[in-house]
Amino acid sequence: MMEFNQLDMRSLLEGYQKKQFTVTEVVQASLKAIDLKNPKLNALLEVNAEKALTRARALDADISKASEKKLFGVPIAIKDNILVKDWQCTAGSKILEGYRAPYTATTVQRLEAEGAVIIGKANCDEFAMGSSNETSHYGSCRNPWDLERVPGGSSGGSAAAVAAGMCPASLGTDTGGSIRQPASLCGLVGLKPSYGRVSRYGVVSYASSLDQVGPFSRTVWDCARLLEVLSGADKKDATTSHLEVPPYAARLQESSLSQVTLGVAPQWLQGVDADVKEAFDRSIEQMKKEGAKIVEIDLPRTRYSLSVYYLIAPSEASSNLARYDGVHYGFRAKEFKDSEQLYNRSRGQGFGKEVKLRIMLGTYALSAGYYDAFYLKANQVRRLIQQDFEAAFQKCDAVLVPTSPSTAFKLGEKTDDPLKMYLSDIFTLPVNLAGLPGVSVPCGLDKKNLPIGLQLIGRPFEELKLLQIAQAHEKIQGVLRLP
Amino acid sequence: MSTLRDTYEAVIGLEVHAQLMTKSKMFCSCPNEFGAKINTNVCPVCTGQPGSLPTVNRNAIELGVRAAIALNCQIRDESIFARKNYFYPDLPKGYQISQYEKPFCEHGKLTVKLKSGEEKQIGITRIHFEEDAGKNVHAAFGTVVNLNRAGVPLIEIVSEPDMRTSHEAGQYLRALHSILRYGDICDGNMEQGNFRCDANISVRKRGETKFGTKVELKNINSFRFVEKAIDHEIDRQIDLVEKGETIKQQTRTWNSGKNITELMREKESAHDYRYFPDPDLSPLRITKSWQDKVRGAMPEMPEQVRQRFQKDYNLSDYDAGVLTASKELALYYQETVKICSNPKASANWVANELLGRLNAEGKEVYDSPVSAMQLGDLIGRIDQGEISGKIAKTVFEEMFATRKNPADIIKAKGLVQISDTGAIETVIDKVIAANPAQYADYKAGKVKLFAFFVGQVMKETRGQANPGIVNDLVKKKLDS
Repeated sequence: MMEFNQLDMRSLLEGYQKKQFTVTEVVQASLKAIDLKNPKLNALLEVNAEKALTRARALDADISKASEKKLFGVPIAIKDNILVKDWQCTAGSKILEGYRAPYTATTVQRLEAEGAVIIGKANCDEFAMGSSNETSHYGSCRNPWDLERVPGGSSGGSAAAVAAGMCPASLGTDTGGSIRQPASLCGLVGLKPSYGRVSRYGVVSYASSLDQVGPFSRTVWDCARLLEVLSGADKKDATTSHLEVPPYAARLQESSLSQVTLGVAPQWLQGVDADVKEAFDRSIEQMKKEGAKIVEIDLPRTRYSLSVYYLIAPSEASSNLARYDGVHYGFRAKEFKDSEQLYNRSRGQGFGKEVKLRIMLGTYALSAGYYDAFYLKANQVRRLIQQDFEAAFQKCDAVLVPTSPSTAFKLGEKTDDPLKMYLSDIFTLPVNLAGLPGVSVPCGLDKKNLPIGLQLIGRPFEELKLLQIAQAHEKIQGVLRLP
Repeated sequence: MSTLRDTYEAVIGLEVHAQLMTKSKMFCSCPNEFGAKINTNVCPVCTGQPGSLPTVNRNAIELGVRAAIALNCQIRDESIFARKNYFYPDLPKGYQISQYEKPFCEHGKLTVKLKSGEEKQIGITRIHFEEDAGKNVHAAFGTVVNLNRAGVPLIEIVSEPDMRTSHEAGQYLRALHSILRYGDICDGNMEQGNFRCDANISVRKRGETKFGTKVELKNINSFRFVEKAIDHEIDRQIDLVEKGETIKQQTRTWNSGKNITELMREKESAHDYRYFPDPDLSPLRITKSWQDKVRGAMPEMPEQVRQRFQKDYNLSDYDAGVLTASKELALYYQETVKICSNPKASANWVANELLGRLNAEGKEVYDSPVSAMQLGDLIGRIDQGEISGKIAKTVFEEMFATRKNPADIIKAKGLVQISDTGAIETVIDKVIAANPAQYADYKAGKVKLFAFFVGQVMKETRGQANPGIVNDLVKKKLDS
């Protein structure tokens, strides 16, 4: 039997068109890989073999039309903070334990319309707050490259599922690095689109002005194909852009490295692990050799990103998470005297520590008397960070930086020190604050045989350019194998 | 009391919440309708399901812009939706989408007529959009939340503290209600809570410029209660000041059974709603061309209808004013005229008989037992000579009491006017024969007795004889 689960998405699509195998065979292989690996990895929180196989058989009946659908027969895992009708949607929290989605997110609708098969709901940090998947109420997820280590977060389950060969693609969400950092730690391609490129309808809101949905895949082409399906205006999300969506995958080869200028900010590279720095430098050298022009840029005010992010995101979260109150749905405390106690106990027992920490932070930042000094000021600095990038993009087409300062760390290594944990997103946060597209691509392994990620940051809505550069880089590096 | 009142002055500002007459809710496509089965007009958005997002109903914005135009407000080209955060079971998202720092319009004014005949201009501070909350329903087994109303579009109209008496406040509220009704902006139904009023009231010694501590009166659901409640509150506050007590900042409610205001809650510390711009919604842009489009399609406002009535129906300024006091009344009058084609008589009947009876019963035009069509029918029967004006009043009373059609009442009571000259002549002959002495006196020159004979004939016919014909025939018989 062919190891279908070792194939990337494009190979699957080609195989279907050549009638080399059926969707049912591929889905069965996925389910087998899940059975085998999920008990150790805890990547998927819900799997529905019957649903997936029913869908596979329906697609097989139409397999002659495989070429008409962009994601025909592709098994995809969906992060558990994205709603799929009748599937659970816990967002990794106890407060949504047992909650069944009453409707389907726009992004998932689009995937299904193009023939994708939903294979499972992926583990994640509680309400996407975390960088290691350790804040999930449903247990940590582990890194397929080293089971002692974290897959990154918050979309840890989505990354681990693809890296473990359970499925060739998955959906994650990225508010401060939650797609790119786990992609980096698991050796995958992970893209955070420009703010407004992809609909947020049906995505459990964490920080509305920063959240975006994006894909995990093994190759740049797969990423491009997924992005073109996900992108575009949605009348259910007022923050989506009406800009046209280019056929990303078809246009990947249009540009070569000799036509691009890449920006590197030296001050960003201090404090980066030696192995990471080395791999990063090697990538730069390789691209330079292929004709890319490298320029130094300055992003002086991005050093405030962490402070700005941890005011804006918690502020929005404190309001977004108010709806989980034990009244209408989800977890409700068993005993309470009155509505006040119903709120306090349901929320007190239903939310985890990190979520409570951020709710308190955000509530404080929005309070009368503090609003101007914290929330408003943070938004002003956010605009300055945007301006830094605008200035940089006068000189270059994309900014290059390691996705994360280190490779995958051990479980428990950073859980006692929130600030240490927050620092693993230091290179990804500014991108969300500026609303830019960012993609993490593998750029080698460190001495411990752990993947290293390179992040490319582009101008707003220039995902195509970004993917073209990523494609050229992949050509040099080769596609990273699965662990 | 009246002398004490004279040394004080009340300062009153009103906040009105008006539900917009849209087909769907403010941020989702659920129907905006009253009285549907519990929790049927709901969807993921208005029940605050995870992941759901609001999108703005353009129709609601247009109705808001209409209100802004009718109230002479300045409209912002860019306003901001903000979240008002608080926990309450009828608020499924844990916040209400409203507008805070940048409402869509400001600086309006409304001119109201006072009973003294003077006019007074009341400033409108701002109007902003917001969504309504659901409703807690208390049942035998506990409290349930009905979310049919959650997300229904509202505008909140905040006045300047320009009013000094309950009468001014009442007139402001009536004028505002009338404009919103005329504009098809809000149906104005106060019983269903579609037009709700809160009043902020403080008192100060006449001549002082600083405001006193204000007390908020919540959810007063009729014009008369607003006036009564304000009067009571002013007296209560003056009383406290006279006793040397301080007025506490409070929220009070009107108890219409006891005719007093009662404490709802003390405002020891103002609630912190942690307002911030809603990141799910972009700034609301109302372009000049959109405003012009709305302006071009504005329904007639009360002043325009008043002028049209004067011109088309040849009504006096006063009558036109009375008949356009509310949209319902103006429509009622128009309908009556359409049926009977007699604007003058219609004006008299509507303004005097109908309004008189309605006021006496404490009823509104929309629940009048006599419909415009029935009243027009009645007036038509007078004009055609079927009944006299006097009989018509009896018929009208019966219509008002029984809701029956005039034809049925006239027939059942045998009230059809006698215009048959032969029949009337027979009665006259009978009356002359029965009163020979009076007849002799008349013939001898006592012409004043003419009225006596007419009266006797009308009495004989129980008032049903056509008075004009009776006059003519009696004269003819007596003088022949």
